[in-house]
Amino acid sequence: MGDLKNRFGPGLSTIFLILVLFWLAVMVLAPNLMMIDYALRPNLPPAALGGPDDTYTLSNILYLAGEPTHRAIFFKTIWASGLVAAVTFAVCYPIAFWMAQRATTGQLAIALMLIIIPFFINEVLRTLAWFIILAYRGPLNAVLMNIGLIEAPIRWQGNGGVLAAMVYAYILFMLLPIYNAIESLEKAQIEAARDLGASRWRIHTRVVIPHAKAGIATGFVFTFMLAAGSYVAPALLGSPGSRWFTEIIYNWFFEGGDWNRGAAYALVLLVLCLAVVLVTLRLFRVNLTDVAK
Amino acid sequence: MSHSVELAGIGMTFGTTRAVSDVSFKVEAGEFFSILGPSGCGKTTILRMIAGFIEPTDGRVLIGDQDMKGLGPNQRPTAMIFQSLALFPLMSVRDNIAFGLEARGVGRAERRAKADDLLRLIALEGYGDRMPGELSGGQRQRVAIARALAVEPGVLLLDEPLSALDLKLRQHMRAELRALQKRTGVTFIYITHDQSEALAMSDRVAVMSAGLLQQVATPRELYDNPATPFVARFVGETNAIPGRITDVQAGTARIDTELGPLLGRAGQGAVPGAQGTIYVRPEALMPGGGENPLQAQIDRVDFEGSFALVHGRFDSGAALTASVPSTRLADAPVPGHRASFGFQHAHAVVLGDG
Repeated sequence: MGDLKNRFGPGLSTIFLILVLFWLAVMVLAPNLMMIDYALRPNLPPAALGGPDDTYTLSNILYLAGEPTHRAIFFKTIWASGLVAAVTFAVCYPIAFWMAQRATTGQLAIALMLIIIPFFINEVLRTLAWFIILAYRGPLNAVLMNIGLIEAPIRWQGNGGVLAAMVYAYILFMLLPIYNAIESLEKAQIEAARDLGASRWRIHTRVVIPHAKAGIATGFVFTFMLAAGSYVAPALLGSPGSRWFTEIIYNWFFEGGDWNRGAAYALVLLVLCLAVVLVTLRLFRVNLTDVAK
Repeated sequence: MSHSVELAGIGMTFGTTRAVSDVSFKVEAGEFFSILGPSGCGKTTILRMIAGFIEPTDGRVLIGDQDMKGLGPNQRPTAMIFQSLALFPLMSVRDNIAFGLEARGVGRAERRAKADDLLRLIALEGYGDRMPGELSGGQRQRVAIARALAVEPGVLLLDEPLSALDLKLRQHMRAELRALQKRTGVTFIYITHDQSEALAMSDRVAVMSAGLLQQVATPRELYDNPATPFVARFVGETNAIPGRITDVQAGTARIDTELGPLLGRAGQGAVPGAQGTIYVRPEALMPGGGENPLQAQIDRVDFEGSFALVHGRFDSGAALTASVPSTRLADAPVPGHRASFGFQHAHAVVLGDG
């Protein structure tokens, strides 16, 4: 506080403070409180609002617990988001390591450009690009058939398509924190490990990954949350068999017309995501403040 | 177990830059060998070629008479101590020391025993569970040495490991390194730009300049008989007076300088008729004149206790530095006045400028 005042003067720091408080209260706190309020009330016709039936109840949440299809999709969304984070990590770690420790300045600039430029394009369009690539009569199947790898076209849409699109969509959120973390690792440490006879695997598991732990945890948390809350990729690339929990929430709001149940579902998703994040951080022994950096 | 290291005509080119050219020397097993030179002279490149981090573009590296071509740093009988030490900050001191053993698949109990032995060797018994960040600079230094010794290397490569320490600790660590080398018998190859460090510790020293090997000799030989003008100027302080060599007889050269004819021992390139320079050490210049008399204007006298450093200019304009023992301060020069100096010809060397 005092620091802020010293740097920007009383006038400007008051404006900053008001803006931050406004953002926290109106953009973060209020919608979430409203969601909780909605989630805990029954869905009533307008006439019955404020009437004797308009009381707080857990029935919306219990409905999810008792509905096997929704429950299955819910848990699948959770573990599939974990899988998305894991695959994204597997894709990003080698790239991040190469960028941070091996690439020359020129190579690094080109690599960063190649990775960041696609993100200038809207997420929906990027997902649509995957929709085209993975189409039944699309380029990927054509190429694979041409080189004789497959006989007949494969229907990529469904779990595989959703996974591919999500991994691609969230690469930056995994890559940049890991890159930052590995970049700060002194090259001599890798050389020392090598000089002492460590294999490539051991250098990574004992020296690089422990050093980059906070960055990896950050990447996991970002990717997991984004995947669990993703709507576009499953909507465009999914199949009836690969439904995502966000689609069900969407349906309650915009097709079922039951905002209360939708809010309850969203609340459950939020709580479980938070739990997963906190458990992950505990497992990695990383503080939330390290992630925020 | 210690190994000899032989460099046979090695050279290294990075892009268009020639970092090291045609360097050959042999380090005997069990020797404390230093490579001395200013920064950018190629000494670190040589060390990295011995360690296997880079392959020389020309020539061969032989360790224990085995050609090391194609072998990576993890396959060579060398261990390196980095300038930054490169201790693993997230591992305990014991895990740091045992890392090389862990990489070799040594069991936990044996690793622990070996690490504790080494902790005793470096006088840090009981520090095994600390983290490197909790140790002082000198202690970290010793941990880095223990970590390298744990893999029982035949050759220990040290890349200016003392440069981060303060003067007192550095002097202490010099003696400690020297003692450790004698005790373990491992071949040490030590990189430094600090000539007093190289002279104080080494059995032999290689002096490098601009990627070229200048001289390989014992510290004494290097100081008394520099082979090249670079070595004469770089190793120790010196007064350089240029002139033309007129006569060389029985190892003594006469050189005509602006200050008159002077006599010194004939060194490399000292042939009659050649342009040359006579190099006189500050401690060889004695006030009062005598043989090889010289006149100089005195600017400053820095009293240092056991001796005083006298700074001034010769009549030719060349800088003068003389180190006068306190016992002879009675006839010490006075700043702002003229004084005469002299030196015995055996204490000066004449080299050709070529």
